[in-house]
Amino acid sequence: MDRFVFLTFDGLSRGAVYAAFALALVLIWRAARIVNFAQGAMAVATAYVGYSVADATGSYWLGFLVAVVAGLLLGAGVERVVMRFVDHSSPLNGVVVALGLVLIIQGVLGMIYGNEFRPAEAPLSRDAFEIGGIALLSRYDLFVFGAVGAVVVLLTLLFTRTPTGLRMRAAAFAPDVSRLLGVPVGGMLTLGWALAAGVGSLAGMLVIPTELGLHPTAMDIVFISAFTAAVLGGLDSPIGAVLGGLLVGLLLSYISGYLGATVAPMAVLALLVIVLLSRPDGLFARSKARTA
Amino acid sequence: MKRTATVLAAVLLAAAGCSNSGGGGSSGSADTPGVTDTEIVVGTHMPLTGPAAAGYSKIAPATKAYFDYVNANGGVHGRKITYKIMDDGYNPANTQQVVRQLVLQDKVFAILNGLGTPTHSGVLDFLKTNRVPDLFVASGSRSWNQPDKYPGTFGFNPDYTVEGKILATHIKETYAGKKVCFLGQDDDFGRDSLAGVEKVLGPVAAKQSYVTSNPNVGPQIGALKAAGCQVVVLATVPGFTALSIGTAAKIGFKPQFVVSNVGSDPTTLAKTLGAAAPLLEGVVAANYLPLANDAANPWIELYTKVNKEYNSGAEMDNNVVYGMSVAYLFVQALQSAGKDLTRDGIIEAVQKGGFTGPGLVPVRYSADDHSGYAGEQLTTIEGGVAKYFGKAYRTDDGDGAVEVYEAAAVAPPANGIPAA
Amino acid sequence: MTALQDRAGTKATDRTKAKKISPWLVVVAGAIIVVALTYTLPPFRTYQLATVGAYLCVTAGLTVLTGLNGQLSLGHGALMATGAYTLALWQNKFNLLPVGILVAVLVTTAVGAVIGLAAARLRGPYLAGLTLAVAVVVPSITSTFDETFNSDQGLSVMLNPPPESMTNEQWQAWLCWGGALVTVLVLALLTRGRFGRDMKAVRDDETAARLAGISVARTQVAAFVVSAACAGLAGALFAVIAQSVSPGAFPLTLSLFLLMAIVIGGLGRLSGALIGAVLLVALPAVAHEIGEAAGSQRLEGNLALTFFGVVLVVVMLAAPGGLASLRVPFTKSIPFKKKGH
Repeated sequence: MDRFVFLTFDGLSRGAVYAAFALALVLIWRAARIVNFAQGAMAVATAYVGYSVADATGSYWLGFLVAVVAGLLLGAGVERVVMRFVDHSSPLNGVVVALGLVLIIQGVLGMIYGNEFRPAEAPLSRDAFEIGGIALLSRYDLFVFGAVGAVVVLLTLLFTRTPTGLRMRAAAFAPDVSRLLGVPVGGMLTLGWALAAGVGSLAGMLVIPTELGLHPTAMDIVFISAFTAAVLGGLDSPIGAVLGGLLVGLLLSYISGYLGATVAPMAVLALLVIVLLSRPDGLFARSKARTA
Repeated sequence: MKRTATVLAAVLLAAAGCSNSGGGGSSGSADTPGVTDTEIVVGTHMPLTGPAAAGYSKIAPATKAYFDYVNANGGVHGRKITYKIMDDGYNPANTQQVVRQLVLQDKVFAILNGLGTPTHSGVLDFLKTNRVPDLFVASGSRSWNQPDKYPGTFGFNPDYTVEGKILATHIKETYAGKKVCFLGQDDDFGRDSLAGVEKVLGPVAAKQSYVTSNPNVGPQIGALKAAGCQVVVLATVPGFTALSIGTAAKIGFKPQFVVSNVGSDPTTLAKTLGAAAPLLEGVVAANYLPLANDAANPWIELYTKVNKEYNSGAEMDNNVVYGMSVAYLFVQALQSAGKDLTRDGIIEAVQKGGFTGPGLVPVRYSADDHSGYAGEQLTTIEGGVAKYFGKAYRTDDGDGAVEVYEAAAVAPPANGIPAA
Repeated sequence: MTALQDRAGTKATDRTKAKKISPWLVVVAGAIIVVALTYTLPPFRTYQLATVGAYLCVTAGLTVLTGLNGQLSLGHGALMATGAYTLALWQNKFNLLPVGILVAVLVTTAVGAVIGLAAARLRGPYLAGLTLAVAVVVPSITSTFDETFNSDQGLSVMLNPPPESMTNEQWQAWLCWGGALVTVLVLALLTRGRFGRDMKAVRDDETAARLAGISVARTQVAAFVVSAACAGLAGALFAVIAQSVSPGAFPLTLSLFLLMAIVIGGLGRLSGALIGAVLLVALPAVAHEIGEAAGSQRLEGNLALTFFGVVLVVVMLAAPGGLASLRVPFTKSIPFKKKGH
């Protein structure tokens, strides 16, 4: 029983990170109809920047902040310099360019920092609190929940309560009409990429201390879990992404805990296949059409 | 169409151009590949990158540093040693590629200290076919000790079964009646080690395995905790030793850890654990070479000097000690093989054995035994510093008893280079 | 080899020109060149030549799938692993290479059919995501069923020594190029016929294709199965030249490299697949030389990685037809046409 409780909390904590990462994918999908396959690599790149700053200044929190800001800038940069010029007549062009970015980012990171795992320390204790002899949550888990929760709330407020959010939504759903109405569609697109990459960087900073450490490919598996989470929730739905993330996190935790860690990637694949073939619009879909 | 052909031609030319840089140099007096009157070229494959690189990436540069020291003092029989280090990322597929490059293109005399069980297993047949001496493999798999099947292959590390028996003997004596469990790498390393442990202790209470491609050991450690383990034997590479100890602490699981020499270098572990390094306190491991922090040891004095002058003062740790000890043994073998160096000659010289060096126990080499060091001594970490305790043990990989080995340590020669 | 170019999206007038040289002729010429090379190149170059041949099998199949039929697969590395492991298991049990290669191709074809059935119902990023998950599942399978696949350590492949009259490297090169030339011949004949037209029709406009009486799903599954068979052959050949198989030989980057290889050469062109296969072998070697010359270990693998990435992005942005398309400015060859919606 206490093992089940522990796996549940561990799964929710990982799930929160997947949720944030899935949210980043959904943001770009809604804005540009591109699944950003470079999301993982971009997040790792900014995590390297963040930890470099943290090492240099001795302040993890400054590093954390720098990583998120670097994410915002990198996202904007990628959109302005590369993605804007992709021929969008086929969805595959964007995918191929994003995969090219993955190779570039991983190669450059390897050249600068080397391909060994660099230890990445968690800012808070990862020792779990025990209640009645049952290990529940660590301080770090609480921080993860807090950070992801804050992002979800802030994004919700942005999109529902501010004019900028409204313009972003308009630009994504009806770019031509929006342009006629004076919405800077290109700018909104850049902003969308920046926000998404910022959220991705945050997720990267949260997940890396729980793994072997910083490495150019550290986010590959996380990306696939998050992609599954986003598909599970329907690529169009931010709420679906959050729920999907938590669900994937829980499922992987139980499967790893009871069946063995090596089974987990197979479970992700199986889940992805089942969802894509049975409910391609996601478990929580409201709209009917999936265009791709 | 012309353009396609041009592109192809350009690429082919570029590729062909590279070949000239590698294969140059006149052949030696005895027409042995990689040997001229002034040079011996040897190669190795090492994980300089990837999940297994932590710590190990320092071995080959240390070996090279010792060779440079020997070269600066006149070399061996007038020949300087060139050490070609190839990164295989601990990926068996890359090992195939880089070893072929070393043998077919760079024409090395021998492969020295290729690291890793899964990686090196894949090139045994290739090296045998090409009659390349395969010396002092950096792994304790029993595969290297098959003189009939692989006459040119020799191990270096004590094999994992030997180590498992020694660790288990210590557990039996010190933690009698406690629940003993095992976490090992899912390959020959883990399996041989477990076999050794179970030869002494009987079946362990729980066993788990991990793969280097999946850096999450939470489930395994959780299962060990659930099984109520009190002593956990780790047959893990350094990154995963640190990960296991860190993960255990995270879930409030505090057993006595007993770690294979392979994954026990305290410097590497402390660096990987970062702020959590105090968790290493009391961890038991084993070794067979002088410890890097034992500044009074004459071998460490020698290595520190070489390290400072030829390895740009890299941080001294047990990997540096290991790398230089490999180099020392290789120079001994070269000296023993004599001026007229051939591939068969060096294999004969190693089989003749009789090498004394930094090791706490002797190496075993003979015509029918190609395994490396014969035993180990236990270490523990106190106040962040590893130190030896008890006595050195020696045993075999079969059912032989684990016996105490007592012999005076050998001091290095005055100039630090083994004589002919 | 140039005549093998399948002019993706070219006009009918061009097609008659391309047909002038029969693929049979090209294959025979290719065989002669390869045999000549194996007697002139040093052993390591011959080994690399063999590797090019093995790569050509998979890139040729993939370029047909992606370029002509518009399906993007990141799972071909995993399909190669399927072929390689099948061959290893077969060899270690029966040690009969020709049958082993055939079995490897058949097993991979079957696996490809399963993935292809799912793939035919998916589009664009969904398909890419699914095949991506397939690519990373290989190490998971090999370590879950470690009794059979022996985890990360992998399996060694039992092989009889090559015939006395030739060196091991020559034999490997002959074997791989035998496979590659057969693959290219079959694909060239297939894509010139009705199947090729169907694939392009499906790629360009599914609705129109359906109206023209083409079964969209069947064409897509068939294309996936054909390319899977090619990947299985490539995997089996890699298992032979490496004499071992392990999950590390088929990482995600392999699938990305394959994609780069077909994009740089021009999607849908068999000549492009050849350029790509050569680059897959040559670029890492060149990067290694540069890294060694610069004395930096960090450059080694990463230089090639970065270069591949830059090539992928630049080609997609500037010349979506690939290097091979740059020569004919008026025949536009855009890899992915708009889907009808």
